[in-house]
Amino acid sequence: MDLMLEVNGQTVRASAPDETLLVDFLRDTLGLTGTHVGCDTSQCGACVVHVDGRAVKSCTMLAASADGSRVLTIEGLAATTGGNDLHPMQRAFHENHGLQCGFCTPGMVMTAVAYAADHAAPDEADVRAALEGNLCRCTGYQNIVASVIAGAAAMHAGKEA
Amino acid sequence: MLDNLPANPTGIGASILRKEDRRFLTGRGNYVADLKRPGMTFGVFVRSPHAHASLGAIDTEAARVVPGVLAVLTGADLAADEVGGIPCGWGITGRDGQPMKEPAHPALALGKVRYVGDAVAFVVAETAEAARQAADVVEVAYDVLPSVVNVLDAVRPDAPVLFDEAPGNLCCDWEMGDRAAVDAAFAGAAHVARLSLVNNRLVGNPMEPRAAVAEYDPAGDRTTLWTTSQFPHVVRLLMGNFVLKIPQHKLRVVAPDVGGGFGVKQFHYAEEAVVTWAARRLGRAVKWVCERSEGFISDAHGRDHVTEAEMALDETGKFLALRVSTLANMGGYLSTFGPNIPTNLYAPLLAGVYTTPAIHCEVKCVFTNTVPVDAYRGAGRPEATFVLERLVDVCAAELGMDRIAIRRRNMITADAYPYQTPVMVQYDSGDPVGCMDRALEIADWAGFPARREAAARRGVYRGIGISTYIEACGLAPSRIAIRLGARGGLYESAAIRVHPTGHVTALMGTHSHGQGHETTFAQIVSEKLGVPVENVDIVFGDTDRVQFGMGTYGSRSLVVGGTALSKAADKIILKGRKIAAHQMEAAIDDVVFEGGTFRVAGTDRTRSFEEISLSAYVPADFPLEILEPGLEEQAFYDPVNFTYPGGAHIAEVEIDRETGSVRLVSYVAVDDVGTVINPMIVAGQLHGGIVQGVGQALCENAAYDEGSGQLVAGSFMDYCMPRADMMPRMHVETHNTRCSHTDLGTKGCGEMGTIGSPAAVTNAIVNALSGLGITHVDMPASPNRIWRVMQTAQLPQAAE
Ligand code: FES
Ligand code: FES
Repeated sequence: MDLMLEVNGQTVRASAPDETLLVDFLRDTLGLTGTHVGCDTSQCGACVVHVDGRAVKSCTMLAASADGSRVLTIEGLAATTGGNDLHPMQRAFHENHGLQCGFCTPGMVMTAVAYAADHAAPDEADVRAALEGNLCRCTGYQNIVASVIAGAAAMHAGKEA
Repeated sequence: MLDNLPANPTGIGASILRKEDRRFLTGRGNYVADLKRPGMTFGVFVRSPHAHASLGAIDTEAARVVPGVLAVLTGADLAADEVGGIPCGWGITGRDGQPMKEPAHPALALGKVRYVGDAVAFVVAETAEAARQAADVVEVAYDVLPSVVNVLDAVRPDAPVLFDEAPGNLCCDWEMGDRAAVDAAFAGAAHVARLSLVNNRLVGNPMEPRAAVAEYDPAGDRTTLWTTSQFPHVVRLLMGNFVLKIPQHKLRVVAPDVGGGFGVKQFHYAEEAVVTWAARRLGRAVKWVCERSEGFISDAHGRDHVTEAEMALDETGKFLALRVSTLANMGGYLSTFGPNIPTNLYAPLLAGVYTTPAIHCEVKCVFTNTVPVDAYRGAGRPEATFVLERLVDVCAAELGMDRIAIRRRNMITADAYPYQTPVMVQYDSGDPVGCMDRALEIADWAGFPARREAAARRGVYRGIGISTYIEACGLAPSRIAIRLGARGGLYESAAIRVHPTGHVTALMGTHSHGQGHETTFAQIVSEKLGVPVENVDIVFGDTDRVQFGMGTYGSRSLVVGGTALSKAADKIILKGRKIAAHQMEAAIDDVVFEGGTFRVAGTDRTRSFEEISLSAYVPADFPLEILEPGLEEQAFYDPVNFTYPGGAHIAEVEIDRETGSVRLVSYVAVDDVGTVINPMIVAGQLHGGIVQGVGQALCENAAYDEGSGQLVAGSFMDYCMPRADMMPRMHVETHNTRCSHTDLGTKGCGEMGTIGSPAAVTNAIVNALSGLGITHVDMPASPNRIWRVMQTAQLPQAAE
């Protein structure tokens, strides 16, 4: 079918077979390989992107269902803050050593950004619960949790002012 | 100047942020699954649904007519093309002096399939979808045979036999240590403590599934394989030389960004050879990406031991002798390091941090109808540590001794190094007592009884456990390894290319897949050459760019590769001093190199590193009579000994009396890693390793169904991976002694977490349940298992 959607701020027109998963559409059709595939049972969260502002496992959604939506992937995240700089959540992962091999990282960051959007000051237990759908085999999660807390604070810094 | 800061802000000891982060954080990593090549096709494997079967006809007709299908290849095609079997990298020798049984391992099954997942055909098509459809309609005639998945069953006389040449399914009956000395010590011992245990089978599950892309360029007769590998040069050697017979200079193997390895990606897999062979046959690029459920039945698994252990003690709790007998599962074929793991990487660790004077270990390596078993983070050393540290607790309980007191009574003291163990290895350095004391303090071991009482008032069992351990890593001195059966050397190589501007490219034979080499190795160059890390790039993972290397496993990159890098830097400095001496008209011995500057000692005559670099390439004022122009040096380093990191880990758990569910409430690790290059990265390695070990202790279990030979835990739905909410905040710190034989004093830190933690957690669980008379619990401590253990313990004892 023919699709029209917004991906990372750009309008995209493309056609794809009806059964194409959103993750395959992003990776294979659009070449946005930052979104990863870590499982075939929707358990790992490596594929998380935002669809109309919500964190979605893109392996569980058909590309067709995203027709007419706004999709944001890890490649487009930094630009949402209006410059070339990293998004505050990306910077927090860098500063807190929240990544090792980097494979889970796009899904972790996209999950964290959506979560932090309405949790300015989560505690550690909250963050651990919020990451329930994302697997990381490298970091033992400790520095990811620290990253999410720092990233949430940075995203909300100055908002009240 | 602040003396608590390293002199060089990007040198050794600085927690600088990682240079590699940016591409991963912005989605610009370059993993194998991301690759697209011109005219690329897609391959799918057809795998056996049976654990053991004779292979009949393979009917490929229906598959071939699926639109887009290019080829359906089977073992017969491989044989016709004279493709060799997948080689094993180690050949161990049994106690009878006979070599291990080493049956052929065809890349696609021939004659028989030997585990669920054994590959029988490979379908290549224009699209992945077409390849999948066609793979579904390949008709394979199987004549199903009885199968065996458990080592205890496999060695029974009536067990189904996998290979005619390996009667009793025995690959090798191996031993290490002095049996007579151990027997004598047991005969005279005041007390003997015994323990039977199982070390549960695990799936490594790096988050990036395996993948391969291969391409053939007829113009240059060049073949390229991109693969998710921890050791591209070894894949080139094994696959090129033994399997596909491609000359080394015509074969390029690239391991680009790799999403975690943990050992799973340090083997030469059949899939790599099949994909490369298919690409050459078809003259088209071929891509294969493993699905996760396919990975469960094709990635080499880890652990899977059944062990009997006995300690002989005197009446004061002194260890006199240790006897260990283990059945180790090899799976359906020998994987690259398979037979080395439960033997050479296991028995030498049974001395632990103790002065046990006599040790004997016998290991039977056993074939079963399961996925091949090989190294998984820690590899042999977690298994040894689990045996020993559990047994020490059993000894303490039986003698009525305190668990810390019995460790102290037997521990090697800091002044006893170098320390020769009775199982081959000589520890160069360490301070296990110091690590233990610091861990006891941080974990407030002394305050535990009060916490236990408070928990009891809430109706919860609380336990504390310790594991004091050592590991041998930095694999390995080639001479020792080859004597033990290695079919290759275990040195490492580094080359430093100084550009005319003084910028540096370092080419490493190791491979980074999460460890942060691009940062750590740049820090070493920064320290040695006085250049900032921004001016240093680290290159690895491409056999066309990097000279040679054995790759990354066994916590070897920093200790072996880092030492090679340090030696290459020393050669650069020496050449630079020669150039500087010429220019400043001084004797070479009078020229020193400090902080990036060449100086005539005791004068203010200097040349900067950049000036010397430039003159090496613009040799106007250069001693061309005695020195070649250019500034590039290479070093190979073969270690003189293993390194021996170790430490003390303390876990505290709470167990729900109703459900048996175990909650880890505190975790403390104090480890001796030798010289630390980047403390932030070391802490990250420890965190990750500890959680993998906690996963083994609490929830991970690659269970097979005994009747059908099916892997029951075949996806993330059934195989429990640790998630963020399983862990408390860990406390990790280091208590370091310098390694005496690596240039920088480093010992390695990649595997310590998985080695120390399973015993610490299990000892805590047994301690929590000790009031019920429970002395051992096997891993994983699932609620179901713990609940059953508690029920059995609480049953009234039958009347005598
Ligand atoms: S790929 Fe694992 S949840 Fe989507
Ligand atoms: S950083 Fe490797 S899986 Fe998370």
